[in-house]
Amino acid sequence: MIRINKFSIVAAVILGFVLVGCDKDDAPADNFDTSGTFTQNDQMARPAINTVFVSSARKNEFNTTVPSAMNAAFNAQFQSVLTGFGYTTNVLGWDKATFAGALVTDVLNVSMTGATAFGTLTGRGLSDDVITTELTLIFGGASGMSNPGLNNDNVNANDKAFSATFPYLASPF
Amino acid sequence: MKKKFLLGGLLGIVLIGSIIYAADHIDAPAVTGPGSTSPGNDITDIYAFQSPADNSKMVFVLNTQGLLSPAATGAASFPANVMYEFNIDNTGDNIEDLVIQCLVQNGKMRVYGPVAVGTPGLTSTVKTSGPSTEVAVTGYGAGSPSTASNGNGTRIFAGPRDDPFFFDLGRFKQIIAGTAASFNNPGTDSFAGTNVMSIVVEVPKSLLGAAASINVWGETKSK
Repeated sequence: MIRINKFSIVAAVILGFVLVGCDKDDAPADNFDTSGTFTQNDQMARPAINTVFVSSARKNEFNTTVPSAMNAAFNAQFQSVLTGFGYTTNVLGWDKATFAGALVTDVLNVSMTGATAFGTLTGRGLSDDVITTELTLIFGGASGMSNPGLNNDNVNANDKAFSATFPYLASPF
Repeated sequence: MKKKFLLGGLLGIVLIGSIIYAADHIDAPAVTGPGSTSPGNDITDIYAFQSPADNSKMVFVLNTQGLLSPAATGAASFPANVMYEFNIDNTGDNIEDLVIQCLVQNGKMRVYGPVAVGTPGLTSTVKTSGPSTEVAVTGYGAGSPSTASNGNGTRIFAGPRDDPFFFDLGRFKQIIAGTAASFNNPGTDSFAGTNVMSIVVEVPKSLLGAAASINVWGETKSK
């Protein structure tokens, strides 16, 4: 930042003057750099998918696998993790293969026609208790009530109130 | 007892090599591991919800750099070599059709899109043909957030916010380590009092296609 000083500006003006006759693809005059190719580092949709269901050795791989290829690459690992959890079914009636198949393609399904909430698989709002939803689906069994010590972390809300107006998130501490 | 053993044992294996994890905080050795020079690439959470202020609009949130203490937040910034990209599939094949690309340079964020992706996948170039909106990054300690909008109804924000994620991560770690059998009630929010670097984009649903349901995910890409 410090190097963007008067000298740089003068140099840029001179360069621009020199180059103007031979460069027909001038960048926008506002100096906002939009050049180059950006390569993927991290990727996420639903909370705690990569962190819980993917082994440490494959986390980078998961972050750089396009969603449409996740099922083929990671379904077996997700089923293995569910086996480790003692999973058999959940309140949605999904067997292990069905649940793994739903989890492994890490995209957030979002309704365009009405209310959105993580608990109804129609999006994710700021106040949604996503961890308890996931714990219930993993440990709660067919009733959602099994393993009461594990199906809810008993933290039900954020520590700071959200705003009703844009940008909705609370100011920082 | 058998189930508990399996749970502890398996999660123990999953945890080897990782320090702490949560929604997606610090999930990737490549962007957060020892020696990483790209803290701005670590996504903590993605949110997508109907605007509470206008039900004809959709809100997308991409948070990064989790577990910022108040003391560290003032020095946190969005690196200039990173693209923050919302990916939107409106045809049900889990391949992005539209993208919203966010870049931060010299204290300003510029957002391009929603715009057709062209070539989907792991690399991106800036879709400068898309509609663009620009806003000053809100500084730490600012009295009110800096926001901007454009004529098509898009609103944007970039800056530090309280981390909206909540989870008793500490107790969860004890459970998987085998030193606790269940969560406490009430639990303790391990993310209380911590901040993230947040990007918020609100767009009219009409710019996202006509599908009744879309699939959304967030990405960080760097050059």
